[in-house]
Amino acid sequence: MEGDPLLEVRDLRVYFETRDGTVKAVDGVSFSIEPGETLGLVGESGCGKSVTAMSIMRLVPHPPARTVSGSILFQGRDLLKLSEAGMRRVRGKQIAMIFQDPMTCLNPVLTIGRQIMEALQRHLGMTKRQARARAIELLELVGIPTAAKRIDDYPHQFSGGMRQRVMIAMALSCSPQLLIADEPTTALDVTIQAQILELIAKLRREFNTAVMLITHDMGVVAGVSDRIVVMYAGRPMETADAEVLFSDPRHPYTMGLLHSIPRLDEERKERLVPIQGLPPDLISLPAICPFAPRCTFAVDQCRAGVPELRLVELNHYVACIREITKERYAHAAVATSS
Amino acid sequence: MVTAAQGVTTTHVGLAQPLVRIDRLHVHFPITSGILLQRRVGAVKAVDDISFEIWKGETLGLVGESGCGKSTTGRAILQLTRPTQGKVYFGDQELTALSGEQMRRMRKHLQVIFQDPYSSLNPRMTVGSIIGEPLQIHRMVSNRAELRERVQELLRTVGLNPYFVNRYPHEFSGGQRQRIGIARALALRPDFVVCDEPISALDVSIRAQIINLLEDLQEQFHLTYLFIAHDLSVVRHISDRVAVMYLGKLVELADRKELYQSPKHPYTRALLSAVPIPDPQLERRRERIILTGDVPSPVNPPTGCVFHTRCPIAQRICGAEAPQWRDINGNGHMVACHFAQPGPEPIALRGGGGAL
Repeated sequence: MEGDPLLEVRDLRVYFETRDGTVKAVDGVSFSIEPGETLGLVGESGCGKSVTAMSIMRLVPHPPARTVSGSILFQGRDLLKLSEAGMRRVRGKQIAMIFQDPMTCLNPVLTIGRQIMEALQRHLGMTKRQARARAIELLELVGIPTAAKRIDDYPHQFSGGMRQRVMIAMALSCSPQLLIADEPTTALDVTIQAQILELIAKLRREFNTAVMLITHDMGVVAGVSDRIVVMYAGRPMETADAEVLFSDPRHPYTMGLLHSIPRLDEERKERLVPIQGLPPDLISLPAICPFAPRCTFAVDQCRAGVPELRLVELNHYVACIREITKERYAHAAVATSS
Repeated sequence: MVTAAQGVTTTHVGLAQPLVRIDRLHVHFPITSGILLQRRVGAVKAVDDISFEIWKGETLGLVGESGCGKSTTGRAILQLTRPTQGKVYFGDQELTALSGEQMRRMRKHLQVIFQDPYSSLNPRMTVGSIIGEPLQIHRMVSNRAELRERVQELLRTVGLNPYFVNRYPHEFSGGQRQRIGIARALALRPDFVVCDEPISALDVSIRAQIINLLEDLQEQFHLTYLFIAHDLSVVRHISDRVAVMYLGKLVELADRKELYQSPKHPYTRALLSAVPIPDPQLERRRERIILTGDVPSPVNPPTGCVFHTRCPIAQRICGAEAPQWRDINGNGHMVACHFAQPGPEPIALRGGGGAL
């Protein structure tokens, strides 16, 4: 089962220099993605998930950012060491990315056909005619009805869900090995979200495209991911296979997220159990467990240093020094809410 | 004509009084053409002939996708957008018949909490003046000391430090700002609050805090809520009854439990099946009803049943005739679908399966 990973991020640290101090947006993130695998990266706003993704694409402007340490190995090559020209050949061709808001990522004054054809002509050296034919194929593949007609339409003529399909068509144009999807369904309605998630699952089945899915929604990652990384304050808190993460979470933050949302499949609870307090200020983070100030189980030792990821079971890593289980969390939750 | 009034009977004996009654409400926004002489060329039918009631002390959830008219309905009830047609009653008062000045005096009974805690607070006003302004306008306090005391008490009520009165909105996080918005809404001790997507803009770990706060305040101040949201799991948690909207129309309204266990409208059922559940094993087994296509334009809604263009079980009659808004189980479970059947089962779409 151990092959070479497609992407391996090791100890990535990206800091931003601001007037108020250094923001440690990404502070020691490591994970890997196998070919054809879907990795879910979950966390709240400001946890560093998007900066991680943008770093892989090398789209984080330096300065103000500073990559302090780490490597991003894509098929064995360190993307952080590539020249800008070398990176341009990777971007879009081998690794493609789609974003939360498809309207701001599409050029409003060009037809969508031209925008899809650009990559085909540039990266694959197609002629205009070939590129147009391929663009129509791609639009059909992502489920745009009457693609041959709609190829000459402008972005504003499409609905939100259709625009996201156009973005996916564009991302797929050069058959990338890795698709990074940054909150691809957050701006969409639930019924449209279901369509887009189904489409992403189909790509993986049919083209064996690896996917890195970034979201804040535990429900969305549950449905499509093989492995999941839960992030908080720029650090991974827990990494596990999707099923294990949901059935046997070991980090109090993961459990907190799972407990605080109402679920349609469960009996309605009288009261939700929120995570207390507020997410931390990333400037001047003290060298303690970042979740400790909000954690019910924090002890003095949690404030003695930043816990590293440790192996608790096969393929299951947790950055928590305590041995907390689902049962203990539920017990404590009942005690605090009553 | 069957109205919701006749429908609701058995389930809310304890709450016999409707606090808010909406009778055949229409909100149409004109579309004009021409530069100098603007001609009316059509209308966006944001809300198109809906009737329902909100009972005293309950939370009525209103769900639907973006553009379905749920926020417009909330604004039209508060007369922030004046309805094109139809009536809104608050107790015995017909709000739609009130003048601007009369309505302004009514506003202390009806308040609103907005979705975006960033744009709904004036960045140049201190927290104290944001919360205190309604108190001064409605002359609820007689001097500065009393004002300050009331504002600090409100801050404490919503779980904020009373010493924050002199701070500005930018000094707070999203969740804290939402608490400020809630304090402002509560300042006048309203009876009825429209909560328009109050948690959608907040971080996941903060949402539960605000939901619990809204529930506590409801109990403490005997509030009645219209809770507008697109997240069906949150709506299930907080609501007593739930109404589902699609393209300006109500398609279903029922007791919470009944709506989620036996949805009678194909759209409700599709919405429920599209909600992701944080359980990978369950997700794999679930049979999703994936609706094809997008919501049609409210400028030119489909004839007959507005949902028929996306409905998995649509027949010829659906495009020709609008379904009646009727009480399917005789207990206030309202639905507008030709094929809805009475009984405890959800509407069958493709060979059975549960409501999820």
